[in-house]
Amino acid sequence: MKLYLKVWRQEHRDSKGGMISYEVDGISEHMSFLEMLDLLNERLIQKGERVIEFDHDCREGICGACGMMINGRAHGPLTGTTTCQLHMRSFNDGETVYIEPFRATAFPVLRDLKIDRSAFDHIIQSGGYISASTGQAPESNSIPIAHEVTEAAFDAAACIGCGACVATCKNSSAALFTSAKISHLVLLPQGKLESADRVVSMVNQMDTEGFGHCSNTEACEVECPQEISVLHIGRMNYEYNKALALRK
Amino acid sequence: MKQTTLTYKLVMALTGLFLCFFLVIHLLGNLQLLLPESGAREQFNWYSHLLSGNILIKIISYVLYLSLIGHAIYALVINRKNTKANGEKYVYDKRSQVSSWNSRNMGILGTIILIFLIIHFKDYWYVYKFGHLPLDAKGNKDLYSIVISSFQQGWYIIIYELSFIALGFHLLHGFFSASRTLGLYHPKYSSLVRVFGWIYSLAITLGFMLIPIYIYFNLNVL
Repeated sequence: MKLYLKVWRQEHRDSKGGMISYEVDGISEHMSFLEMLDLLNERLIQKGERVIEFDHDCREGICGACGMMINGRAHGPLTGTTTCQLHMRSFNDGETVYIEPFRATAFPVLRDLKIDRSAFDHIIQSGGYISASTGQAPESNSIPIAHEVTEAAFDAAACIGCGACVATCKNSSAALFTSAKISHLVLLPQGKLESADRVVSMVNQMDTEGFGHCSNTEACEVECPQEISVLHIGRMNYEYNKALALRK
Repeated sequence: MKQTTLTYKLVMALTGLFLCFFLVIHLLGNLQLLLPESGAREQFNWYSHLLSGNILIKIISYVLYLSLIGHAIYALVINRKNTKANGEKYVYDKRSQVSSWNSRNMGILGTIILIFLIIHFKDYWYVYKFGHLPLDAKGNKDLYSIVISSFQQGWYIIIYELSFIALGFHLLHGFFSASRTLGLYHPKYSSLVRVFGWIYSLAITLGFMLIPIYIYFNLNVL
């Protein structure tokens, strides 16, 4: 199949970017979206042009490295999918496809489709851990946890930090990302102990990074490759309000 | 305590919920307009007088004004921060496919409601408080006549009905959104609140929409 691409090209962080058109034919419908970009890049190399830069790593939907706006949607037209797990059978022959980087002030574009997601790392560094001493792994049955609780914590921990929630949010809010980590840790006995300090410092950091307010449009849950529930945002708000009321 | 995105939303939620509560009282009071004209005039005027004279109601009315102003100002501040957080716009944007229209346009809906409120306050609140109204048989200011006569004009009713529709969509998202901001995360009660929000929004919207139409078609003889 043949596609008409319009791709965001930007030299570096401070330069002005723009949409450049490419025609790509010989695309197999079994290719992933990233493989289609590989195909285009190989042809660009043969022509001596600079390749389109984009982030990718595992290409099996579990690392969170890839991510771009495809036809105006985070990770493309499907819900609950990473860009690498989007295949060309989701597009029609002759279609025009717009490809842009995820946009938010907190996610500056580094080059083309590559963005700097360090803001997420800073949020995790501000409280997304427990301050227990490391060392030998303790006996796993010494702290009893109900199966449902571990599953619920794991559902929150499944976030891969791709940034689609921010990209699809009309306010560029990082509420889903931040709340998933808060929920994950507060559900478990090891994490519960520091929950008040954690939620306050993570929310403060989220603001410092320049993310917006959550308007509860719930678009993030739809686009999240891990289908992280927006109820975690409710949980973050609950933990935050509790900390506001009770923290000394 | 530092002001954060979450404390800003808390203010929006609390003022919004207070306004939601006020709407119930306001609607219940206004339903007196649906009574037959003979009894309604004196009862409605008596009710209006009761509200304007009571010290408790006075305190609540100041909370109401503060809530309205606070809700609007915080909305502006939040909107500014969000615009800043968004940065460069998408060239091709289809994000609207994954969320509801009203949840994305609370600002527009709120602005419509604010413009409506300015008209509403000017025509009734201001006239009642500062204007010279004729008195009814019991000596209360005759607000009833003002209300009935204003709803004889078709264009006036259209302004009201359109504003109520905007209000309905605003409530539909606002009520549930406030519950989440306050921290309701239990899946069972979260969906219960959503259902309750639907019933609440429908009841308020249809209730308010009914009154001008009823007056127009049934109470045209003064």
